[in-house]
Amino acid sequence: MEALATGHLFALTGAVLVGLGLFGFITLRHALRQLLAVNVSGAGVFLMLGGLGRGAATTDPFPQALVITGIVVAVALTAFGAALTLRQAEEDHAAKEDDERGGKT
Amino acid sequence: MSLVFDLVLCLMILGTAAASLLMRSALGGIVFFIAFGNLLGIAWLSLGAVNVALAEIAIGAGVTGILLILAHARLSAMGDPVECEPTSPWMRAAVAVICGGLIVLLSVAVLSISPTDRMGAQIATLMPALGIENPVTGVLLAFRAYDTLLETFVLLGALVAVWAIAPPRGWPQRPASLAIATPVSLTVIGTFSRVLLPASLVMAAYLVWTGSDLPGGAFQGGTVLAGGILVAALGGAIALPRADDMRLRSVLVLGPAMFLGIGLGGIALGRFLSYPVGLEKALIVAIEYALALSIGATLALLVAGKPVPPAAVQEGGD
Repeated sequence: MEALATGHLFALTGAVLVGLGLFGFITLRHALRQLLAVNVSGAGVFLMLGGLGRGAATTDPFPQALVITGIVVAVALTAFGAALTLRQAEEDHAAKEDDERGGKT
Repeated sequence: MSLVFDLVLCLMILGTAAASLLMRSALGGIVFFIAFGNLLGIAWLSLGAVNVALAEIAIGAGVTGILLILAHARLSAMGDPVECEPTSPWMRAAVAVICGGLIVLLSVAVLSISPTDRMGAQIATLMPALGIENPVTGVLLAFRAYDTLLETFVLLGALVAVWAIAPPRGWPQRPASLAIATPVSLTVIGTFSRVLLPASLVMAAYLVWTGSDLPGGAFQGGTVLAGGILVAALGGAIALPRADDMRLRSVLVLGPAMFLGIGLGGIALGRFLSYPVGLEKALIVAIEYALALSIGATLALLVAGKPVPPAAVQEGGD
């Protein structure tokens, strides 16, 4: 009974994290913070998987392996997202400097 | 007793998640996110999933945290204060209602499923054939090897994608230097990292080896290696390699290529990704060591970012 309650507790926490992350993703208007929000949502999905795999004594190794795969894919996404954000900022920065130089001459 | 602990833990997880999203300061939000990742690791421990706890703390909190902090620092250096334009209260309220509805729906769905580790018993009956004892490694490297193979290519693909957006003048140079600008800190971290890097190598090798029977594995070991490399780069003890360095490229490709090669070899035995009888453990451990090396190098370079023109490297280092 207690194992059931533990599993549900973590799965419910995961459900709230998914909603919280989505809220952040929509309301935060900066790509870097949206990236963080996606990670919060992702962590929520992982926790739902893990919580629902909680048995009487152990947690099902199958969802555990899926979550490890998920964590690695999430960091790959975050790295590419951060690189794109930086590249865009560089373009904007260079365009602004060009404008300023153009204004002076 | 443990239920009370779990309850407090879940509240702390939700609190740190909310703080990481709602804080005005972006850097503060990232710091809360790292705390959130570590608390999640404890949640996985509480669920008895030590393999996931290691991965979550090392990758979810550690690597993702340093990635976000570094991106924040580089954006700030370019004059982007990483501030969010305020959204209207009405919009926030509407979004809150929608997300609240989603939470209710998900909660109803979650409560309609009874937690079970049914698959665990099935996996346990298949494990003796592999000669290893950690069921999570069994699932990752044997029963669902397809997923793991593709995942390693996703990681490699992410690095290719990051490199692909390098400015034309930057290709194929080194990524911007990670070395700390303050001379005193540089000396301290540099000295520390000369001790830490070999230790992280030993730790990574141990985690991969022990991952056959106890919690650990290629991803956890690879991340420890990446951590050692990154600290050494922060301390200026090592320079990051050029993107066209063939030794680097072989290390990056070694793990996925070896996994794919052994998988293709399985076709000769009848099925893609099947291991010859009697050699299961030897092949799994060999794949894991190659993977850990590739994952370590790939993660470290993903954090370092795309190659930049040499002038920018010096700017970053000064």
